[in-house]
Amino acid sequence: MTDIYDEGCAHCEEMMQPYLDHVLSDAEVQEAERHLQQCDKCRRRYRFEESLRRYVRLAVDEQMSPALKEKLSALRIPLD
Amino acid sequence: MECGASVAVMAAEDDADGTDALRIATDARDRVRFEEEALALADQVYRVARHLANSREEAEDLVQETYARAFRSWRSFQPGTNLRAWMLRILTNLNIDRGRRSQRAPQMQALEANDYFLYDKLSDSGDGTTDEDRVVEKLSQDDVVSALSAVPHDFRDVLVLVDLGDFSYQDAAQILDIPIGTVMSRLHRGRRILKRELADSVAEGDS
Repeated sequence: MTDIYDEGCAHCEEMMQPYLDHVLSDAEVQEAERHLQQCDKCRRRYRFEESLRRYVRLAVDEQMSPALKEKLSALRIPLD
Repeated sequence: MECGASVAVMAAEDDADGTDALRIATDARDRVRFEEEALALADQVYRVARHLANSREEAEDLVQETYARAFRSWRSFQPGTNLRAWMLRILTNLNIDRGRRSQRAPQMQALEANDYFLYDKLSDSGDGTTDEDRVVEKLSQDDVVSALSAVPHDFRDVLVLVDLGDFSYQDAAQILDIPIGTVMSRLHRGRRILKRELADSVAEGDS
């Protein structure tokens, strides 16, 4: 357990976004997870990033109004 | 009236073998199915539109225009492909047609060098909270909404499609008609900008 930001952390940080987007190769995922297992600092920041993404989605979510839904249905082209 | 009459004439003429009557019936069925599938996606389309557009009213207009156009040009949709992406492609094109791009992307300031700064800033704000979920809750809903709307359009489009709309990089590239590498770089930068805006809102709240 260390809280020192080193080269491993810098590399882990570069992998954070693609890791959370699930676009890393298997080897890269393993590499990131190896570092995360031993680095408390990076682990906390990855978890924060995940929480942040969830939080942003919830915070900005806004349902469409029922009136708009009705208007969209009314746009359907009537059958001949 | 004229259209209905001509359909009736066509149907009568083709009753000899019934082929065209069948074609018309199949066509109507396909169209109804298309419309129903499109309408079932309305919530998701709206959710993306709401953050591509600048206001609720603009988003509602945009969604209506999108559906009107989609219903008119339903034949150009290829069944079996991604209808949600097809709808969003129409929506983003309409949004651009509306001259939204006349708003120039502001000059980018230098962004913080690393991706961890928001967490570092929030967790350093003095109350000793380091639990990730707690830290995130220091941001208010209003902070997040205004931070997102402060992200310049080019970056926000990608952010909204991928992070809020759950589109893949590939889908976002097709919808916005930009290379996938551009999607990735704009997404990366867009997330940084969003975090910088959030960090700024925390700083303002503190002062």
